[in-house]
Amino acid sequence: MTNTNPFRRLAAHVAGHAITLFARGIAAPRAIWQGTEPVDRQRVYFANHTSNGDMPMIWSVLPAAMRRNTRPVAAADYWLKNPLRAFAGRDVFRAVLIDRRPENRTEDPMAKIIAALDEGSSLIIFPEGNRNMTDDLLLPFKAGLYNIGKAHPQVDLVPTWVANLNEIMPKGEVIPLPLMCTITFGAPIHVDPGEDKDSFLARASAALAGLAPAKTTEEGRT
Amino acid sequence: MTPIASDIVLLLLGAVGILVPLTILGEIVATRSPGPVVETYRTRVHSWWAMVILFALALLLGRTGILLLFAFASFAALREFLTLSTKVKADHLALALAFFAVLPLQFLFIGLGWTGLFAVFIPVYAFLLLPMVTVLRGDKNRFLIRVAETQWGLMICVYCASHVPALMTLEIDGYTDRSVLLIAFLILVVQLGDLLDFYFGRKFGRHKIAPRLSPKTWEGMVLGVASAAVIGGAFAWLTPFGIVGAAAMAALASATGMFGSLVLTAIKRDKGVHDWSHLIPGQGGFLDQLDSVLFAAPIFYHVAHLIWVA
Repeated sequence: MTNTNPFRRLAAHVAGHAITLFARGIAAPRAIWQGTEPVDRQRVYFANHTSNGDMPMIWSVLPAAMRRNTRPVAAADYWLKNPLRAFAGRDVFRAVLIDRRPENRTEDPMAKIIAALDEGSSLIIFPEGNRNMTDDLLLPFKAGLYNIGKAHPQVDLVPTWVANLNEIMPKGEVIPLPLMCTITFGAPIHVDPGEDKDSFLARASAALAGLAPAKTTEEGRT
Repeated sequence: MTPIASDIVLLLLGAVGILVPLTILGEIVATRSPGPVVETYRTRVHSWWAMVILFALALLLGRTGILLLFAFASFAALREFLTLSTKVKADHLALALAFFAVLPLQFLFIGLGWTGLFAVFIPVYAFLLLPMVTVLRGDKNRFLIRVAETQWGLMICVYCASHVPALMTLEIDGYTDRSVLLIAFLILVVQLGDLLDFYFGRKFGRHKIAPRLSPKTWEGMVLGVASAAVIGGAFAWLTPFGIVGAAAMAALASATGMFGSLVLTAIKRDKGVHDWSHLIPGQGGFLDQLDSVLFAAPIFYHVAHLIWVA
């Protein structure tokens, strides 16, 4: 995956810093490490997905040393659409690109993800599969997270809640609002021995939803 | 050196002269008996240093510097406020206009000296026009709460904040070229009053003003306002108010600021946060730092206008 052309690598490095700076300038993202520490262990960050900015924002708040070893799992049809996106997806984020359209697949997406973990990379994944455009907190999780947890039981699965980003740049808007966003990293979970897919996914979903900031103005009034 | 420049230098030397012993005191107490109270005190002194340095740089740049400084502070405060306010997708354009049109225009009007327009722009034009922009998107859900919270954010973070540089536009006989010193006076008495309110509150405070909201006490506040009055009298030479007038204006600004800070605390508690943001290390956000000055500025401006502008 890593390109050997030194100029391309340098360009990717510079672009990575530029993206980080831009993300910080727009959204002043704050990482809240709640139940886990920013240490360089192999992890799978699984996050809610409301905006195309989610992945760059999570990537930006990771400490630089961890960022270098963390690869987002992203949709090939989106990231290979044009040469610029392909450069960002392949060289800057070094994304594990998987095809969402089964008819186009040449390789099994799960096998690609597991291969990236075998190489020792950490991952960022969005287990809902698609951007959540509903009023529900989360969409039902796809099976991928369970399969990852089964294949690599020692890897920490870290719930990661991205707050506010959909308000900064909702789908269809042109001007981003300079609001602040927070990224909350919760306590890691693992697939328990003998745990079945549905109960694990329910537990993972609850762990992630538990990090969402309370809407105190609605219910919390006394 | 012109008289105003020498006054500014004197003031800055004075600020440094106050901050150095305050800093040393904090360091000594922190080593002898460390604790959360002295930590709060120390971070406050540190942010005071930052404010003095930024303010000095702005003064060096003159009117434009002061305008830019407060426009930036206003932007940071509005960002903190609107991050926590009630909003939906339908508010997007109105919010973008608040940040990128209303805020810069308000400070531009002050820069141009259009005092008539700056006084009504947000309470009249933004107030009436922004909800019209919002309503075109057709989302009635919690409509009044959404537009009201947006307008409140603009009033506090932009309209009130803009009254600090607006002090430069006051045309007081024989004082016009020194009006930038009024800004220094306002910030000085309000911030020192807050600091002393905190100190006296910890030392003598018995009766809490709003026990479910804030540790502020009546004792701390009364002594804080009284100290602000004394400090205001001592710095009367910065102002056209005379000694008694300066003491009264300082007490007025300090008391308004303290109650204003309490108002913003109630909003923070309702939104379930302790600080408005994390942007000033160890201190919370810009809005936490500026809350009293924001509430004090418009009243200070209008009373000065009422009594001293012929």
